[in-house]
Amino acid sequence: MLKRILIGLLVLVLLGGIGMFALAWRPALQPIDPPRASSFPDALVAKGEQLAGAGYCATCHTAKGGQTYAGGFGLESGFGTIYSTNITPDADTGIGRWSEAAFIRAMHEGVARDGTHLFPAFPYTHFTKVTDEDLKALYAYFMTRPPVKAEAKRNTLPFPLSIRALQAGWKLLFFDFDQGVYQAQAGKSDEWNRGAYLAEGLGHCSACHTPRNALGGERTGALYAGAPIEGWLAPALNASNPAPLPWTQDDLYDYLRSGASIHHGVAAGSMSEVIQGLAKLPDADVRAIAVYFADRNGSAAQAANADQALAKAMAMAQRDPGVVPEHGAQVYLSACASCHYNGGAAPLPARPELALSSTINGPDPGNFIHIVLGGIGQKDGMPGAYMPGFGMSLNDEDISALAAYLRGSRTTQAPWNDVPAAVAGARKQSPAAP
Amino acid sequence: MTTFQLNGSPITIDAAEDTPLLWVIRDLAGMKGTKFGCGIGMCGACTVHLNGRAVRSCITPLAAVADASITTIEGLDPQGQHPLQKAWIETQTPQCGYCQSGQIMQAATLIKDYPNPTDADIDAVMNGNLCRCMAYVRIRKAIKLAAAEMRGSAAHE
Repeated sequence: MLKRILIGLLVLVLLGGIGMFALAWRPALQPIDPPRASSFPDALVAKGEQLAGAGYCATCHTAKGGQTYAGGFGLESGFGTIYSTNITPDADTGIGRWSEAAFIRAMHEGVARDGTHLFPAFPYTHFTKVTDEDLKALYAYFMTRPPVKAEAKRNTLPFPLSIRALQAGWKLLFFDFDQGVYQAQAGKSDEWNRGAYLAEGLGHCSACHTPRNALGGERTGALYAGAPIEGWLAPALNASNPAPLPWTQDDLYDYLRSGASIHHGVAAGSMSEVIQGLAKLPDADVRAIAVYFADRNGSAAQAANADQALAKAMAMAQRDPGVVPEHGAQVYLSACASCHYNGGAAPLPARPELALSSTINGPDPGNFIHIVLGGIGQKDGMPGAYMPGFGMSLNDEDISALAAYLRGSRTTQAPWNDVPAAVAGARKQSPAAP
Repeated sequence: MTTFQLNGSPITIDAAEDTPLLWVIRDLAGMKGTKFGCGIGMCGACTVHLNGRAVRSCITPLAAVADASITTIEGLDPQGQHPLQKAWIETQTPQCGYCQSGQIMQAATLIKDYPNPTDADIDAVMNGNLCRCMAYVRIRKAIKLAAAEMRGSAAHE
Protein backbone atom coordinates (compact mmCIF):
# COMPACT_ATOMS: atom_id res chain seq x y z
CA MET A 1 0.00 0.00 0.00
CA LEU A 2 2.72 2.40 1.08
CA LYS A 3 4.68 1.43 -1.98
CA ARG A 4 1.72 2.28 -4.18
CA ILE A 5 1.34 5.68 -2.57
CA LEU A 6 5.03 6.39 -3.01
CA ILE A 7 4.97 5.37 -6.64
CA GLY A 8 1.85 7.45 -7.14
CA LEU A 9 3.55 10.47 -5.60
CA LEU A 10 6.66 9.93 -7.69
CA VAL A 11 4.55 9.79 -10.84
CA LEU A 12 2.78 12.99 -9.82
CA VAL A 13 6.09 14.78 -9.16
CA LEU A 14 7.45 13.56 -12.48
CA LEU A 15 4.33 14.65 -14.33
CA GLY A 16 4.47 18.01 -12.55
CA GLY A 17 8.10 18.37 -13.54
CA ILE A 18 7.35 17.45 -17.13
CA GLY A 19 4.38 19.80 -17.14
CA MET A 20 6.48 22.63 -15.73
CA PHE A 21 9.19 21.92 -18.27
CA ALA A 22 6.69 21.89 -21.11
CA LEU A 23 5.20 25.11 -19.84
CA ALA A 24 8.51 26.86 -19.32
CA TRP A 25 10.32 25.55 -22.35
CA ARG A 26 10.79 27.92 -25.23
CA PRO A 27 13.03 27.12 -28.14
CA ALA A 28 16.24 29.03 -28.72
CA LEU A 29 15.95 31.01 -31.93
CA GLN A 30 18.75 30.69 -34.44
CA PRO A 31 21.57 33.21 -33.86
CA ILE A 32 22.31 35.42 -36.83
CA ASP A 33 25.35 37.35 -37.99
CA PRO A 34 24.85 40.94 -36.85
CA PRO A 35 23.14 42.72 -39.76
CA ARG A 36 24.94 45.68 -41.30
CA ALA A 37 23.58 49.03 -40.23
CA SER A 38 23.19 49.98 -43.90
CA SER A 39 20.70 47.14 -44.39
CA PHE A 40 18.01 49.13 -42.54
CA PRO A 41 16.21 51.96 -44.35
CA ASP A 42 16.78 55.40 -42.77
CA ALA A 43 13.06 56.09 -42.42
CA LEU A 44 12.57 52.88 -40.44
CA VAL A 45 15.48 53.74 -38.15
CA ALA A 46 14.09 57.25 -37.61
CA LYS A 47 10.71 55.82 -36.69
CA GLY A 48 12.40 53.40 -34.30
CA GLU A 49 14.22 56.29 -32.64
CA GLN A 50 10.89 57.98 -31.90
CA LEU A 51 9.48 54.75 -30.51
CA ALA A 52 12.55 54.17 -28.35
CA GLY A 53 11.83 57.62 -26.94
CA ALA A 54 8.19 56.75 -26.36
CA GLY A 55 9.33 53.72 -24.34
CA TYR A 56 12.26 55.67 -22.81
CA CYS A 57 14.27 52.47 -23.20
CA ALA A 58 17.49 54.35 -22.38
CA THR A 59 16.28 55.05 -18.84
CA CYS A 60 16.58 51.42 -17.74
CA HIS A 61 19.05 50.17 -20.34
CA THR A 62 21.77 52.70 -19.48
CA ALA A 63 23.81 52.61 -16.27
CA LYS A 64 24.49 55.89 -14.51
CA GLY A 65 27.40 57.42 -16.39
CA GLY A 66 27.51 54.40 -18.72
CA GLN A 67 27.14 54.12 -22.47
CA THR A 68 23.64 54.47 -23.84
CA TYR A 69 21.76 51.16 -24.17
CA ALA A 70 24.72 49.14 -22.84
CA GLY A 71 22.71 48.05 -19.78
CA GLY A 72 23.93 47.61 -16.21
CA PHE A 73 21.32 49.80 -14.54
CA GLY A 74 20.22 48.14 -11.31
CA LEU A 75 16.49 48.03 -10.65
CA GLU A 76 15.52 47.40 -7.03
CA SER A 77 12.67 44.97 -7.52
CA GLY A 78 11.86 44.34 -3.87
CA PHE A 79 13.08 40.76 -4.39
CA GLY A 80 16.65 41.70 -5.25
CA THR A 81 18.45 43.88 -7.77
CA ILE A 82 17.83 43.09 -11.41
CA TYR A 83 20.35 44.59 -13.83
CA SER A 84 19.28 45.70 -17.26
CA THR A 85 21.01 44.10 -20.20
CA ASN A 86 23.01 45.40 -23.12
CA ILE A 87 20.67 46.08 -26.04
CA THR A 88 23.32 47.45 -28.39
CA PRO A 89 24.04 45.18 -31.37
CA ASP A 90 27.29 43.83 -29.93
CA ALA A 91 27.53 40.21 -31.12
CA ASP A 92 28.83 38.73 -27.87
CA THR A 93 27.35 40.83 -25.07
CA GLY A 94 24.44 42.63 -26.74
CA ILE A 95 21.63 41.64 -29.08
CA GLY A 96 23.78 41.54 -32.24
CA ARG A 97 22.90 37.90 -32.87
CA TRP A 98 19.19 38.40 -32.32
CA SER A 99 17.00 38.08 -35.39
CA GLU A 100 14.03 40.35 -35.84
CA ALA A 101 11.81 37.41 -34.86
CA ALA A 102 13.79 36.94 -31.63
CA PHE A 103 13.45 40.63 -30.81
CA ILE A 104 9.71 40.57 -31.41
CA ARG A 105 9.33 37.42 -29.31
CA ALA A 106 11.22 39.08 -26.43
CA MET A 107 9.00 42.15 -26.59
CA HIS A 108 5.77 40.19 -26.95
CA GLU A 109 6.42 37.21 -24.69
CA GLY A 110 9.33 38.10 -22.40
CA VAL A 111 11.57 35.33 -23.76
CA ALA A 112 15.21 35.90 -24.70
CA ARG A 113 16.70 34.66 -27.97
CA ASP A 114 18.16 31.61 -26.22
CA GLY A 115 14.72 30.61 -24.93
CA THR A 116 15.19 31.70 -21.30
CA HIS A 117 12.45 33.67 -19.59
CA LEU A 118 12.99 37.36 -18.91
CA PHE A 119 12.02 38.87 -15.58
CA PRO A 120 8.99 41.16 -15.60
CA ALA A 121 11.23 44.05 -14.55
CA PHE A 122 11.39 44.17 -18.35
CA PRO A 123 7.80 45.29 -18.99
CA TYR A 124 6.92 42.83 -21.74
CA THR A 125 3.45 42.66 -20.18
CA HIS A 126 3.04 46.09 -21.81
CA PHE A 127 5.25 45.67 -24.86
CA THR A 128 3.12 42.71 -25.88
CA LYS A 129 0.57 45.32 -26.99
CA VAL A 130 2.96 46.91 -29.51
CA THR A 131 2.39 46.10 -33.18
CA ASP A 132 4.92 44.06 -35.16
CA GLU A 133 5.27 47.03 -37.48
CA ASP A 134 6.46 49.28 -34.64
CA LEU A 135 8.68 46.56 -33.21
CA LYS A 136 10.38 46.17 -36.59
CA ALA A 137 11.20 49.87 -36.53
CA LEU A 138 12.50 49.58 -32.98
CA TYR A 139 14.63 46.61 -34.01
CA ALA A 140 16.05 48.62 -36.90
CA TYR A 141 16.90 51.44 -34.51
CA PHE A 142 18.70 49.27 -31.96
CA MET A 143 20.58 47.26 -34.60
CA THR A 144 21.97 50.50 -36.03
CA ARG A 145 23.30 51.82 -32.67
CA PRO A 146 27.05 51.61 -32.09
CA PRO A 147 27.79 48.18 -30.60
CA VAL A 148 29.16 48.36 -27.06
CA LYS A 149 30.94 45.45 -25.40
CA ALA A 150 29.42 45.24 -21.93
CA GLU A 151 28.76 42.00 -20.06
CA ALA A 152 25.52 41.82 -18.13
CA LYS A 153 25.89 42.22 -14.38
CA ARG A 154 24.70 39.37 -12.18
CA ASN A 155 21.29 39.89 -10.61
CA THR A 156 21.11 39.59 -6.85
CA LEU A 157 17.82 37.68 -6.78
CA PRO A 158 17.88 34.97 -4.10
CA PHE A 159 17.36 31.30 -4.94
CA PRO A 160 14.81 30.06 -6.03
CA LEU A 161 13.58 33.36 -7.52
CA SER A 162 16.71 33.38 -9.63
CA ILE A 163 15.46 30.34 -11.58
CA ARG A 164 14.24 31.82 -14.81
CA ALA A 165 12.06 28.82 -15.69
CA LEU A 166 9.88 29.70 -12.70
CA GLN A 167 8.96 32.87 -14.53
CA ALA A 168 6.69 30.67 -16.61
CA GLY A 169 4.58 30.31 -13.47
CA TRP A 170 4.56 34.08 -12.96
CA LYS A 171 3.40 34.51 -16.52
CA LEU A 172 0.55 32.07 -15.94
CA LEU A 173 -0.57 34.20 -13.01
CA PHE A 174 -0.07 37.71 -14.36
CA PHE A 175 0.44 37.63 -18.10
CA ASP A 176 -2.40 37.34 -20.53
CA PHE A 177 -0.89 35.34 -23.37
CA ASP A 178 -3.93 35.82 -25.53
CA GLN A 179 -4.34 39.56 -25.32
CA GLY A 180 -2.09 40.27 -28.29
CA VAL A 181 -1.41 43.72 -29.65
CA TYR A 182 -3.53 46.70 -28.61
CA GLN A 183 -7.02 46.68 -30.06
CA ALA A 184 -8.72 50.04 -30.53
CA GLN A 185 -11.65 50.57 -28.20
CA ALA A 186 -14.93 51.22 -29.93
CA GLY A 187 -16.67 54.43 -28.91
CA LYS A 188 -13.39 56.26 -28.29
CA SER A 189 -11.75 58.67 -30.70
CA ASP A 190 -8.73 57.78 -32.82
CA GLU A 191 -6.73 60.22 -30.73
CA TRP A 192 -7.79 58.51 -27.50
CA ASN A 193 -6.89 55.13 -28.93
CA ARG A 194 -3.53 56.39 -30.13
CA GLY A 195 -2.86 57.70 -26.62
CA ALA A 196 -3.95 54.43 -25.05
CA TYR A 197 -1.75 52.45 -27.44
CA LEU A 198 1.29 54.55 -26.54
CA ALA A 199 0.57 54.70 -22.80
CA GLU A 200 -0.37 51.06 -22.30
CA GLY A 201 2.16 49.66 -24.75
CA LEU A 202 5.62 51.17 -25.18
CA GLY A 203 4.98 53.89 -22.59
CA HIS A 204 4.26 51.23 -19.92
CA CYS A 205 2.98 54.03 -17.65
CA SER A 206 1.18 51.68 -15.31
CA ALA A 207 4.40 49.78 -14.62
CA CYS A 208 5.29 52.59 -12.21
CA HIS A 209 1.92 54.23 -11.54
CA THR A 210 0.01 51.09 -10.51
CA PRO A 211 0.71 49.34 -7.19
CA ARG A 212 1.99 45.79 -7.36
CA ASN A 213 0.98 42.72 -5.38
CA ALA A 214 3.28 40.58 -3.22
CA LEU A 215 4.49 38.69 -6.28
CA GLY A 216 5.24 41.82 -8.29
CA GLY A 217 2.20 41.72 -10.56
CA GLU A 218 0.32 44.93 -11.29
CA ARG A 219 -2.86 45.08 -9.20
CA THR A 220 -5.44 45.44 -11.93
CA GLY A 221 -8.05 46.43 -9.35
CA ALA A 222 -5.97 49.48 -8.44
CA LEU A 223 -5.02 50.57 -11.94
CA TYR A 224 -3.16 53.91 -11.88
CA ALA A 225 -3.75 54.38 -8.15
CA GLY A 226 -0.11 55.51 -7.68
CA ALA A 227 2.75 53.46 -6.28
CA PRO A 228 6.05 53.84 -4.43
CA ILE A 229 9.17 53.49 -6.54
CA GLU A 230 12.70 53.70 -5.21
CA GLY A 231 11.76 56.04 -2.35
CA TRP A 232 9.71 58.25 -4.66
CA LEU A 233 6.01 58.07 -5.30
CA ALA A 234 4.69 57.62 -8.83
CA PRO A 235 1.49 59.62 -8.32
CA ALA A 236 -2.01 58.39 -9.02
CA LEU A 237 -3.13 58.99 -12.61
CA ASN A 238 -6.75 58.26 -11.86
CA ALA A 239 -9.39 60.37 -10.13
CA SER A 240 -7.79 59.71 -6.73
CA ASN A 241 -4.91 62.12 -7.52
CA PRO A 242 -5.07 64.73 -4.75
CA ALA A 243 -3.85 67.75 -6.78
CA PRO A 244 -5.95 70.84 -5.93
CA LEU A 245 -6.54 71.63 -9.60
CA PRO A 246 -7.68 68.90 -11.99
CA TRP A 247 -5.08 67.42 -14.33
CA THR A 248 -6.80 68.55 -17.50
CA GLN A 249 -5.88 67.55 -21.00
CA ASP A 250 -3.97 70.83 -21.48
CA ASP A 251 -2.13 70.46 -18.17
CA LEU A 252 -1.15 66.90 -19.00
CA TYR A 253 0.04 68.02 -22.41
CA ASP A 254 2.12 70.88 -20.96
CA TYR A 255 3.63 68.56 -18.41
CA LEU A 256 4.44 65.73 -20.81
CA ARG A 257 5.70 68.07 -23.54
CA SER A 258 7.73 70.54 -21.46
CA GLY A 259 8.23 68.85 -18.09
CA ALA A 260 6.16 71.41 -16.22
CA SER A 261 2.54 72.28 -15.60
CA ILE A 262 1.96 75.69 -14.06
CA HIS A 263 -1.00 74.22 -12.16
CA HIS A 264 0.80 71.20 -10.70
CA GLY A 265 4.57 71.35 -10.71
CA VAL A 266 7.51 69.92 -12.59
CA ALA A 267 8.77 66.47 -13.49
CA ALA A 268 11.45 65.11 -11.17
CA GLY A 269 13.14 61.82 -10.39
CA SER A 270 12.73 59.12 -13.01
CA MET A 271 9.78 61.01 -14.54
CA SER A 272 12.33 63.49 -15.92
CA GLU A 273 13.74 60.71 -18.05
CA VAL A 274 10.26 59.85 -19.27
CA ILE A 275 9.81 63.46 -20.40
CA GLN A 276 13.20 63.38 -22.12
CA GLY A 277 12.15 60.20 -23.93
CA LEU A 278 8.78 61.59 -24.96
CA ALA A 279 10.61 64.61 -26.41
CA LYS A 280 11.27 62.42 -29.49
CA LEU A 281 7.54 62.12 -30.16
CA PRO A 282 5.60 64.57 -32.32
CA ASP A 283 3.17 66.94 -30.57
CA ALA A 284 0.19 64.95 -31.83
CA ASP A 285 1.32 61.79 -30.02
CA VAL A 286 1.94 63.64 -26.76
CA ARG A 287 -1.46 65.26 -27.11
CA ALA A 288 -2.98 61.80 -27.64
CA ILE A 289 -1.48 60.55 -24.38
CA ALA A 290 -2.87 63.63 -22.62
CA VAL A 291 -6.32 62.98 -24.09
CA TYR A 292 -6.20 59.39 -22.86
CA PHE A 293 -5.23 60.23 -19.28
CA ALA A 294 -7.51 63.26 -19.04
CA ASP A 295 -10.35 60.88 -19.85
CA ARG A 296 -9.13 58.28 -17.35
CA ASN A 297 -8.81 60.77 -14.48
CA GLY A 298 -12.20 62.35 -15.10
CA SER A 299 -10.74 65.88 -14.86
CA ALA A 300 -13.45 67.34 -17.09
CA ALA A 301 -15.93 66.79 -14.25
CA GLN A 302 -13.85 68.97 -11.91
CA ALA A 303 -13.18 71.73 -14.42
CA ALA A 304 -16.13 73.82 -13.23
CA ASN A 305 -14.54 74.18 -9.77
CA ALA A 306 -11.05 74.99 -11.03
CA ASP A 307 -11.30 78.78 -10.59
CA GLN A 308 -12.49 78.38 -7.03
CA ALA A 309 -9.75 75.84 -6.26
CA LEU A 310 -7.14 78.22 -7.70
CA ALA A 311 -8.37 81.12 -5.59
CA LYS A 312 -8.32 78.94 -2.49
CA ALA A 313 -4.78 77.77 -3.20
CA MET A 314 -3.50 81.30 -3.83
CA ALA A 315 -5.04 82.46 -0.56
CA MET A 316 -3.19 79.67 1.24
CA ALA A 317 0.00 80.56 -0.64
CA GLN A 318 -0.13 84.11 0.67
CA ARG A 319 -0.82 83.25 4.30
CA ASP A 320 0.97 85.58 6.66
CA PRO A 321 3.59 83.60 8.59
CA GLY A 322 3.24 86.00 11.52
CA VAL A 323 5.70 88.26 13.33
CA VAL A 324 7.57 85.33 14.84
CA PRO A 325 7.26 82.58 12.26
CA GLU A 326 7.48 78.94 13.30
CA HIS A 327 10.69 77.11 12.45
CA GLY A 328 9.35 75.59 9.21
CA ALA A 329 8.09 78.99 8.06
CA GLN A 330 11.51 80.52 8.73
CA VAL A 331 13.13 77.85 6.60
CA TYR A 332 10.60 78.54 3.86
CA LEU A 333 11.20 82.30 3.99
CA SER A 334 14.99 81.93 3.93
CA ALA A 335 15.39 79.12 1.44
CA CYS A 336 12.26 78.80 -0.70
CA ALA A 337 10.29 82.05 -0.99
CA SER A 338 12.77 83.86 -3.26
CA CYS A 339 11.83 81.45 -6.06
CA HIS A 340 8.47 79.97 -5.00
CA TYR A 341 6.59 83.04 -3.78
CA ASN A 342 3.69 84.10 -5.97
CA GLY A 343 1.82 87.36 -5.50
CA GLY A 344 -1.49 88.08 -7.19
CA ALA A 345 -4.29 85.80 -8.25
CA ALA A 346 -2.34 83.26 -10.28
CA PRO A 347 1.15 81.77 -10.21
CA LEU A 348 3.86 82.75 -12.67
CA PRO A 349 5.23 79.96 -14.88
CA ALA A 350 8.77 80.43 -13.55
CA ARG A 351 7.64 80.25 -9.91
CA PRO A 352 6.29 76.77 -9.20
CA GLU A 353 3.46 77.37 -6.72
CA LEU A 354 3.73 75.11 -3.70
CA ALA A 355 0.05 75.44 -2.79
CA LEU A 356 -0.79 73.87 -6.16
CA SER A 357 1.98 71.31 -6.05
CA SER A 358 0.99 67.70 -6.64
CA THR A 359 4.01 66.80 -4.54
CA ILE A 360 3.02 68.77 -1.44
CA ASN A 361 -0.58 67.60 -1.79
CA GLY A 362 0.59 64.00 -2.38
CA PRO A 363 -0.03 61.14 0.02
CA ASP A 364 3.55 60.72 1.21
CA PRO A 365 6.50 63.08 1.72
CA GLY A 366 9.03 61.07 -0.32
CA ASN A 367 9.01 63.20 -3.47
CA PHE A 368 9.12 66.44 -1.49
CA ILE A 369 12.10 65.25 0.55
CA HIS A 370 14.00 64.01 -2.48
CA ILE A 371 13.52 67.32 -4.26
CA VAL A 372 14.58 69.39 -1.23
CA LEU A 373 17.68 67.23 -0.73
CA GLY A 374 18.79 66.88 -4.32
CA GLY A 375 17.20 69.82 -6.13
CA ILE A 376 16.09 69.80 -9.75
CA GLY A 377 18.67 69.87 -12.53
CA GLN A 378 18.50 72.05 -15.60
CA LYS A 379 17.59 69.04 -17.74
CA ASP A 380 14.85 67.93 -15.34
CA GLY A 381 11.53 69.59 -14.78
CA MET A 382 11.06 72.94 -16.47
CA PRO A 383 13.53 73.35 -19.34
CA GLY A 384 16.53 75.46 -18.29
CA ALA A 385 15.24 76.05 -14.78
CA TYR A 386 17.30 74.90 -11.85
CA MET A 387 16.78 74.36 -8.14
CA PRO A 388 19.80 73.66 -5.95
CA GLY A 389 19.64 70.78 -3.51
CA PHE A 390 19.54 71.72 0.14
CA GLY A 391 20.92 68.40 1.39
CA MET A 392 24.01 70.05 2.86
CA SER A 393 22.24 73.22 4.04
CA LEU A 394 19.23 71.94 5.92
CA ASN A 395 19.36 69.28 8.61
CA ASP A 396 16.69 66.63 9.11
CA GLU A 397 14.91 68.79 11.67
CA ASP A 398 14.78 71.77 9.27
CA ILE A 399 13.38 69.65 6.45
CA SER A 400 10.82 67.98 8.70
CA ALA A 401 9.69 71.37 10.00
CA LEU A 402 9.51 72.75 6.46
CA ALA A 403 7.45 69.75 5.34
CA ALA A 404 5.05 70.17 8.26
CA TYR A 405 4.74 73.91 7.63
CA LEU A 406 4.01 73.61 3.90
CA ARG A 407 1.69 70.64 4.32
CA GLY A 408 -0.20 72.49 7.05
CA SER A 409 -0.31 75.96 5.54
CA ARG A 410 -0.48 75.25 1.78
CA THR A 411 -2.84 72.28 1.64
CA THR A 412 -5.97 70.95 3.26
CA GLN A 413 -4.52 67.44 3.42
CA ALA A 414 -3.87 65.52 6.61
CA PRO A 415 -0.31 65.81 7.97
CA TRP A 416 2.28 63.41 6.59
CA ASN A 417 3.29 60.59 8.91
CA ASP A 418 6.78 60.10 10.23
CA VAL A 419 8.57 62.71 8.12
CA PRO A 420 11.88 62.59 10.10
CA ALA A 421 12.25 58.86 9.37
CA ALA A 422 11.50 59.50 5.70
CA VAL A 423 14.14 62.27 5.58
CA ALA A 424 16.72 60.00 7.19
CA GLY A 425 15.85 57.23 4.74
CA ALA A 426 16.07 59.52 1.73
CA ARG A 427 19.47 60.80 2.84
CA LYS A 428 20.83 57.27 2.83
CA GLN A 429 19.42 56.69 -0.61
CA SER A 430 20.10 59.95 -2.43
CA PRO A 431 23.61 60.22 -3.83
CA ALA A 432 23.18 64.01 -3.99
CA ALA A 433 22.77 64.22 -0.24
CA PRO A 434 25.60 64.02 2.30
CA MET B 1 35.78 69.67 -17.44
CA THR B 2 32.65 71.76 -17.37
CA THR B 3 31.81 74.41 -19.93
CA PHE B 4 29.26 77.16 -19.45
CA GLN B 5 28.69 80.79 -20.38
CA LEU B 6 29.91 83.33 -17.85
CA ASN B 7 28.66 86.85 -18.53
CA GLY B 8 28.21 86.00 -22.18
CA SER B 9 31.57 84.33 -22.81
CA PRO B 10 32.19 80.59 -22.83
CA ILE B 11 34.41 79.33 -20.04
CA THR B 12 35.72 75.83 -19.38
CA ILE B 13 36.62 74.89 -15.84
CA ASP B 14 38.71 71.92 -14.83
CA ALA B 15 37.65 71.28 -11.26
CA ALA B 16 35.81 68.65 -9.25
CA GLU B 17 32.15 68.37 -10.21
CA ASP B 18 30.97 69.27 -6.72
CA THR B 19 32.99 72.51 -6.55
CA PRO B 20 30.58 75.28 -5.61
CA LEU B 21 29.89 77.65 -8.48
CA LEU B 22 30.76 80.51 -6.12
CA TRP B 23 34.34 79.26 -5.78
CA VAL B 24 34.58 78.83 -9.53
CA ILE B 25 33.41 82.40 -10.13
CA ARG B 26 35.64 84.00 -7.50
CA ASP B 27 38.76 81.87 -7.42
CA LEU B 28 38.97 80.29 -10.87
CA ALA B 29 37.32 82.93 -13.05
CA GLY B 30 38.64 85.73 -10.84
CA MET B 31 35.42 87.74 -10.58
CA LYS B 32 35.15 89.04 -7.04
CA GLY B 33 31.84 90.87 -7.17
CA THR B 34 29.91 87.82 -5.98
CA LYS B 35 30.35 87.37 -2.23
CA PHE B 36 30.65 84.45 0.14
CA GLY B 37 28.31 84.78 3.10
CA CYS B 38 27.01 81.64 4.76
CA GLY B 39 27.89 78.87 2.31
CA ILE B 40 24.55 77.10 2.80
CA GLY B 41 22.19 79.17 0.66
CA MET B 42 20.61 81.01 3.57
CA CYS B 43 21.92 84.59 3.21
CA GLY B 44 21.77 85.45 -0.50
CA ALA B 45 25.18 87.18 -0.75
CA CYS B 46 26.32 84.76 -3.48
CA THR B 47 23.27 85.22 -5.72
CA VAL B 48 23.92 85.06 -9.48
CA HIS B 49 21.67 84.32 -12.45
CA LEU B 50 21.41 80.88 -14.01
CA ASN B 51 19.66 81.08 -17.37
CA GLY B 52 18.33 84.47 -16.34
CA ARG B 53 17.06 83.62 -12.86
CA ALA B 54 18.53 84.20 -9.40
CA VAL B 55 20.19 81.21 -7.72
CA ARG B 56 22.51 80.82 -4.75
CA SER B 57 25.90 80.00 -6.23
CA CYS B 58 27.35 78.65 -2.97
CA ILE B 59 25.08 75.58 -3.05
CA THR B 60 25.16 75.16 -6.82
CA PRO B 61 27.74 72.56 -7.83
CA LEU B 62 29.83 73.12 -10.95
CA ALA B 63 28.34 70.02 -12.62
CA ALA B 64 24.86 71.55 -12.40
CA VAL B 65 25.76 74.55 -14.58
CA ALA B 66 27.06 72.64 -17.61
CA ASP B 67 25.98 74.55 -20.74
CA ALA B 68 24.08 77.07 -18.64
CA SER B 69 24.31 80.81 -18.96
CA ILE B 70 25.60 82.37 -15.73
CA THR B 71 25.45 86.11 -15.08
CA THR B 72 27.19 87.77 -12.17
CA ILE B 73 26.97 91.36 -10.98
CA GLU B 74 29.84 92.14 -13.38
CA GLY B 75 27.68 91.02 -16.30
CA LEU B 76 24.29 92.40 -15.26
CA ASP B 77 24.91 95.51 -17.36
CA PRO B 78 27.99 96.08 -19.51
CA GLN B 79 28.47 99.60 -18.13
CA GLY B 80 27.32 98.90 -14.58
CA GLN B 81 24.29 101.06 -15.38
CA HIS B 82 21.44 98.64 -14.74
CA PRO B 83 18.48 100.59 -13.30
CA LEU B 84 18.98 98.73 -10.02
CA GLN B 85 22.63 99.77 -9.86
CA LYS B 86 21.70 103.37 -10.59
CA ALA B 87 18.91 103.28 -8.01
CA TRP B 88 21.29 101.79 -5.45
CA ILE B 89 23.53 104.82 -5.82
CA GLU B 90 20.71 107.32 -6.08
CA THR B 91 19.17 106.11 -2.80
CA GLN B 92 22.59 105.54 -1.17
CA THR B 93 21.34 102.08 -0.29
CA PRO B 94 24.56 100.29 0.67
CA GLN B 95 26.10 100.78 4.05
CA CYS B 96 28.94 98.27 4.22
CA GLY B 97 27.99 96.98 0.76
CA TYR B 98 28.86 93.32 1.28
CA CYS B 99 25.41 91.96 0.46
CA GLN B 100 24.58 94.34 -2.36
CA SER B 101 25.61 92.29 -5.40
CA GLY B 102 23.44 89.46 -4.17
CA GLN B 103 20.61 91.86 -3.35
CA ILE B 104 20.76 93.42 -6.82
CA MET B 105 20.86 90.08 -8.64
CA GLN B 106 17.86 88.81 -6.66
CA ALA B 107 16.02 92.11 -7.18
CA ALA B 108 16.59 91.87 -10.94
CA THR B 109 14.66 88.59 -11.01
CA LEU B 110 11.99 90.11 -8.77
CA ILE B 111 11.40 93.04 -11.14
CA LYS B 112 11.35 90.72 -14.14
CA ASP B 113 8.54 88.74 -12.46
CA TYR B 114 6.78 91.70 -10.83
CA PRO B 115 7.40 94.90 -12.83
CA ASN B 116 5.44 96.87 -10.24
CA PRO B 117 6.28 95.04 -7.01
CA THR B 118 4.22 95.53 -3.87
CA ASP B 119 5.82 95.62 -0.43
CA ALA B 120 4.59 92.06 0.07
CA ASP B 121 6.27 90.94 -3.18
CA ILE B 122 9.55 92.58 -2.18
CA ASP B 123 9.46 91.24 1.38
CA ALA B 124 8.77 87.68 0.25
CA VAL B 125 11.18 87.47 -2.66
CA MET B 126 14.00 89.36 -0.90
CA ASN B 127 13.57 87.54 2.41
CA GLY B 128 16.44 85.19 1.70
CA ASN B 129 18.86 88.10 1.11
CA LEU B 130 20.15 89.25 4.46
CA CYS B 131 21.60 92.70 5.15
CA ARG B 132 23.47 92.88 8.42
CA CYS B 133 23.46 96.69 8.25
CA MET B 134 19.65 96.58 8.22
CA ALA B 135 19.40 98.73 5.11
CA TYR B 136 16.13 97.00 4.22
CA VAL B 137 14.11 100.20 4.02
CA ARG B 138 16.48 101.68 1.45
CA ILE B 139 16.71 98.37 -0.42
CA ARG B 140 12.95 98.39 -0.83
CA LYS B 141 13.04 102.04 -1.94
CA ALA B 142 15.79 101.34 -4.49
CA ILE B 143 13.89 98.38 -5.92
CA LYS B 144 10.76 100.49 -6.40
CA LEU B 145 12.78 103.27 -8.00
CA ALA B 146 14.47 100.87 -10.42
CA ALA B 147 11.18 99.16 -11.21
CA ALA B 148 9.63 102.55 -12.01
CA GLU B 149 12.50 103.41 -14.34
CA MET B 150 12.22 100.06 -16.08
CA ARG B 151 8.46 100.43 -16.49
CA GLY B 152 9.04 103.91 -17.89
CA SER B 153 11.63 102.77 -20.40
CA ALA B 154 9.45 99.82 -21.34
CA ALA B 155 6.58 102.23 -21.97
CA HIS B 156 8.78 104.34 -24.27
CA GLU B 157 9.96 101.42 -26.35
